[in-house]
Amino acid sequence: MTDPSGRTLFIANRGEIAVRINRAARALGMKVAQAHSDADADMLAARLADVAVNVGPPAAKKSYLDIDRVVAAAKGAGADAVHPGYGFLAENSGFADAVEAAGMRFVGPTGATIARMGDKVAAREAAASAGVPTVPGSAGRIEEPEALAAEAARIGFPVMLKAAAGGGGRGIRVAETGEDLARLAPQARAEALAAFGDGGLYLERLVRNARHVEVQVMGDGARAIHLFERECSLQRRRQKVWEEAPAFGLRPEVRDRMCAASVRLAEAVSYRGAGTLEYLYDPATEEFFFLEMNTRIQVEHPVTEMVTGVDLVAEMIRIAFGAPLSLRQEDVRLSGHAIEVRVNAEDPSKGFLPFPGICSRLQAPPGVRFDTMLYDGYAIPPFYDSLVGKLIVHGPDREGAIAALRDAVDSLLIEGLPTTLPLHAALARDPDVAAGRIHTQFLEPWLEANPLGPSGAGGGDTR
Amino acid sequence: MTKDLRSPLPGTFYRRPAPDAPPFVADGASVSAGDVIGLVEVMKTFHEVKAETGGANIRFALENEDPVMAGAVIATVD
Repeated sequence: MTDPSGRTLFIANRGEIAVRINRAARALGMKVAQAHSDADADMLAARLADVAVNVGPPAAKKSYLDIDRVVAAAKGAGADAVHPGYGFLAENSGFADAVEAAGMRFVGPTGATIARMGDKVAAREAAASAGVPTVPGSAGRIEEPEALAAEAARIGFPVMLKAAAGGGGRGIRVAETGEDLARLAPQARAEALAAFGDGGLYLERLVRNARHVEVQVMGDGARAIHLFERECSLQRRRQKVWEEAPAFGLRPEVRDRMCAASVRLAEAVSYRGAGTLEYLYDPATEEFFFLEMNTRIQVEHPVTEMVTGVDLVAEMIRIAFGAPLSLRQEDVRLSGHAIEVRVNAEDPSKGFLPFPGICSRLQAPPGVRFDTMLYDGYAIPPFYDSLVGKLIVHGPDREGAIAALRDAVDSLLIEGLPTTLPLHAALARDPDVAAGRIHTQFLEPWLEANPLGPSGAGGGDTR
Repeated sequence: MTKDLRSPLPGTFYRRPAPDAPPFVADGASVSAGDVIGLVEVMKTFHEVKAETGGANIRFALENEDPVMAGAVIATVD
């Protein structure tokens, strides 16, 4: 009953993650049914699947985000389980519930857990009651302007204004003073209302030069383990561009505390599947503060796989079929250092302008992991994310991994469109990056100071 | 004589700045060169589409949220 072998997995996603999920499903001996929009009929994951099912027009809202259509498509394909990937419906509790109500298994936590951890305030409350430190902030959501001012004074400036229902960095504003707060709060409220249909705000202290460190957890609903942490501080517009595992410069005691706290929280919410607890890490004080939990597989999961040897996607599928965790905590060991860089169809010399072109030729370096949806002649549709691949390297230590990354970036060839590879080539040679002098606000000023030349749009070498 | 207003970019076409806002340009209205007639969303980024030429009685060839290719006709004017 708990064996996924011979069963059908419906992949309710697209792009590189659909390809990655397909690979895990095949490793488990499963059949694959793949969702695709009108614009994605020729995508790699659709070609690799046993059955490809059209779920609607190009606009994601009318296809990948349409719960009724996706559930009906999965049911029609005879699926036993549905994997949501990341983005789209991955953290939609209504989708998880609808999949289960239709008699299929949802590869992820229960709808109730998704709903609870998806609400930032409820998630912070769950963290606090599990003894996980949170950033000094307001006790809950705040509606009145007077209450905002009083809370900000108690927390201490600078403070960040955040949307209670927010995500992806939207609706976040920084107030250095009380006057800033009075001016920015109405804007933040209006933006949150427009973006999420909920104008609720909360406040949090801003930690300067903070690093983004996150812990991978895996649970079976009863027991949870951690798979160590990732470092994701190199971000542009709050989107990660380069991720590592493990985080560098963490003393073993700090790592142990952070990972143990993560397992406590995962077990406190009876977590099922793969999840990530995001922390703000203050290198000056070695304090870490829980930010939020992502109740899905993450884009950057491969770096964790490279340093632990665990197939996270396969494990979450096994758990969805009712299997207990296949690993004990002591079975999970760190080996070496891994780095992933996100290759986007964007032109770094033109302000990262998206470029949905045709990949005329792809040549990945042998022996290097490149998770991608590209193939020779593939036309990248303009309707979705610009991520086209993730280049992942492993080395004996961080220095070795950076050296491997330099070689891999230099020998990865993507012809026909500009990509963010020149950014990674430059970062892999940057002395501050090499020395670990990075934080979440590092990359944007660095880009101002280090303008990148044109990459090979129109058929040239992307170097 | 009619003139075509074309999309410079591929993506998803929007006639309104926000779902609950009125359209940038109403059907049948006149536009001047440089007027914003819609948005095209390309890989999650939004770009304004400006009329390259002015004219009267605008007629849209696309519905709100229709997919659009680069160079496709968005609307025609007289």
